[in-house]
Amino acid sequence: MSANLADNSQINDIIGASVPRIEGPEKATGRAVYTDDITRPGMLHAALLGGHYAHARILSIDTSRARALAGVKAVLTGADLPLNYIGMFIKDQLPLATDTVRYAGEPVAAVAAVDLKTAKQALQLVEVEYEELEPVFDVIKAMEPGAPVIHEKRDEYPCMFELPREPNAMCFTEFMEGDPNAVWDECDAIVEAEYRIPAQYHAYMEPSSTVAEMDGNGKITLWSSTQGVARSQMYTAMAMGLPMSKVRVIAPRIGGGFGGKCEFTNQPITALLARATGRPVKLTYSREDDMTMMKRRHGGVIYMKTGAAKDGTLLARDCRIVLDGGAYADESPEVSPVAAFFSRGPYRIPNMRAEAWAVYTNLSRASAFRGFGNPQATFASELQIDELAEKLDMDPFELRMRNALEQEDKFFCGKTIESATMSACLEKARDASGWEAKRTGGLPARPGKRRGIGMAGMTHISGLAGAGANVLLNEDGSVSLNCGAVDIGQGSDTIFTQIVAGSLALNMDQVNFAAPDTDSSPFQFQTAASRNTYVIGNAVKLASDDVREQIYRHAGEIFECGSADLELRQGGIVGVKGVPDAALPFAAVAGRALWERGGPIMGTHNWLYAPQERMDPKRMVLGGFALMPDSIGIFTFGAQVAEVEVDEVTGQVEVLEFWAAHDVGRAINTASVEGQIEGGIVQMLGYALTEEMLWDNGRMINPTMMDYKIPGMADVPLKIHTLLIETPEASAPFGAKGVGEICAVGPAPAVTNAIRNAIGVRINEIPATPERVLTAMQSADDAD
Amino acid sequence: MTDKQTVALSINGESFDVTTDTRSTVLQVLREDLSLTGTKCGCNNGVCGSCTVLVDGEPMRACLMLAVAATDREITTIEGLEQDGALHPVQQAFIEHQGLQCGFCTPGMIISAKALLDRNPNPSPDEIRSELSGNLCRCTGYVKIAEAVLSLTGGAAG
Repeated sequence: MSANLADNSQINDIIGASVPRIEGPEKATGRAVYTDDITRPGMLHAALLGGHYAHARILSIDTSRARALAGVKAVLTGADLPLNYIGMFIKDQLPLATDTVRYAGEPVAAVAAVDLKTAKQALQLVEVEYEELEPVFDVIKAMEPGAPVIHEKRDEYPCMFELPREPNAMCFTEFMEGDPNAVWDECDAIVEAEYRIPAQYHAYMEPSSTVAEMDGNGKITLWSSTQGVARSQMYTAMAMGLPMSKVRVIAPRIGGGFGGKCEFTNQPITALLARATGRPVKLTYSREDDMTMMKRRHGGVIYMKTGAAKDGTLLARDCRIVLDGGAYADESPEVSPVAAFFSRGPYRIPNMRAEAWAVYTNLSRASAFRGFGNPQATFASELQIDELAEKLDMDPFELRMRNALEQEDKFFCGKTIESATMSACLEKARDASGWEAKRTGGLPARPGKRRGIGMAGMTHISGLAGAGANVLLNEDGSVSLNCGAVDIGQGSDTIFTQIVAGSLALNMDQVNFAAPDTDSSPFQFQTAASRNTYVIGNAVKLASDDVREQIYRHAGEIFECGSADLELRQGGIVGVKGVPDAALPFAAVAGRALWERGGPIMGTHNWLYAPQERMDPKRMVLGGFALMPDSIGIFTFGAQVAEVEVDEVTGQVEVLEFWAAHDVGRAINTASVEGQIEGGIVQMLGYALTEEMLWDNGRMINPTMMDYKIPGMADVPLKIHTLLIETPEASAPFGAKGVGEICAVGPAPAVTNAIRNAIGVRINEIPATPERVLTAMQSADDAD
Repeated sequence: MTDKQTVALSINGESFDVTTDTRSTVLQVLREDLSLTGTKCGCNNGVCGSCTVLVDGEPMRACLMLAVAATDREITTIEGLEQDGALHPVQQAFIEHQGLQCGFCTPGMIISAKALLDRNPNPSPDEIRSELSGNLCRCTGYVKIAEAVLSLTGGAAG
């Protein structure tokens, strides 16, 4: 971590206030501009042709009829593009499939035409001749000897780490502390099971969209629905064979991301069409194209075994996680190690081995998705904790408390925990939910229903990578912040504005938040890893403090005093402490700097999350991954409780009430923090109960919002209680940690544990659809 | 493919003669022909509710309604809710209660909420859940949307 930490003394009461979103009025009036709302003069409309088979060789593509259609300005296939492979950890993708199609829906041709109707008509005239290849969809079968090879040139791709040798494997990681095999005999209770987790679609409400335009000097400008302008810039430049200096990316309003708009979406192909036609091009995916061509959460299989002593002390765990990475690597080589890293959960387990695989299959690409491998691992982990509690005849809350990480403990693989608040989270969730009475006294259910309550503990990180921020003092004393951070809906524009206003004693409307634009913004990784408030917030805070110091230098010269004698007063005023009349508006200081002394006042700072302390290398049996999980952030903690009712006839599960206790360090905007937690919970109630991408021979059979069911308002409780625990984090701006992902880690196991409590049967496969729940209840009845 | 037709539409109190494809939906006419881009396209399938507009006061999916079918009917979009430069109370409530995050579902959600409050000025929380269940939101978890609507019960919304 940077040694130069922000001054967290608070000047006004803006930090912690539930300030309304600064962009609220434009969103509530329909004036907010999203990418698809943008029109450029002479703009063309694009559409992509998705490959028909899950695995096939492309023998030929005939575009002559499509090109001949009136209004068509360009038809591109893989043969028309430079062979510039892109990808985050393994460069294995091209904007259009060349030679081989590896998932049904993979783009094979792109058309730009005068309108969308003509573009879609042209797609129907593109004739592709395929030779079908044997596909493989199952992660376990994909790694067996003799499995169809998905990437024949896998070992030749530029790659940031050592690839495993197994067929179709893209990443293997193994961590071990102690030796579980040496202590199984000492365990009084052992649970062992296999868990199956589904592929989940991000389902941001705004489908992926990009507008690209090339100017007369060959520079490309993109407006795009992205989680990071610098990332979109880099991949577009890479695909086009241009330096990043020839690509500019601007983020308009973004209609949700959740990880799906990290790295790249359809920016490269849109830019290539703009170059091919010399005209602006818009490519907005239809919902069906977005569901089949874009990314998703990793489904897969988790084997886990956990043992404990009679008193509930966890002694050993062994875990094998196999994640379906889909046809291309994207973030998979980091998602699977992160899953292994979190497979111990927020608990002490002295003997622990975890291995994780990410595997290529002929399904759509898996990627970053809120929680990044952690929800999968924690689903298995939290179910095992409950099952152990049952075997030991202990309250699952007590078992969690007994093993909860404390300040003096180390995290899995040896890292120090900055602030351990796991017990406090558990206690708060227990108390608020009325856990003890409900768990011991039983719950009154309506006729035909069975009621239950379940719990999950969770840990995650907040951090990753570098950020910069510029705070410029305007001549009138207002300021402009430019940090390049993309607000995908979580509210970071408002948070950063509060941080500046809080640091400089300004009113919210005296701070401008500049739109992210690679032409003017400092480099910014992207909106990911629960990092905006913590990492970018630190850069913003330090840049604001820099402005304050410069204002103090000027004021000190004017008032002939030192900085220690000066103070900021609300609304942009610097004055001498204890002397009410000795006061200057920022405008006077800005004017002095601009015209008389020193030049414009510009606060600039950068910040990097780079821990001094690394994981213990002895604990990494094999480090076959790109990014060390110890460099991803500071630890966060939470506990959640779900109360559910299960219909005895239909197997339908209704979540009646939900409690979520999270240590947020410090809430900068309390309502926004609550909103993040509420939204993360509801998204993952979908993961727990209804959401599952389904394929038949590799073709997605539910690529519509009708058939892929995300929760609506009637499907979820309004009684979602967010319980904030505020233990300020020393390295964070005003003590605030990120909360965007951890809230999504626990809902699936909390709900599934509640179902178990209601019906007495464990559901080891989600979503817990009525069919699965009913089948489980019937099998339990048969066993009786 | 060039079957065009001129459709007389009344949108937010203003009359338009739009020459458009005979198969154009209300959503396409709003967004593409009239640049009223506040109404969003989330699924084009009538499921997500992002394109909800009022047609003669009733919430309708603009993506499922042909423009020709809207002739002689009054369409209200999100752009039509402000009166004399002042936000509609439903808009104000969504802002104050943070009933919006990414904002993409917000125009449709606000239109549906207005229709609900026009019909029933005092909806219970369960009535709100049921009546707004056709508008999907992936960000908020709905809690603060419901709070925004509840804050207007008792006839406060116009």
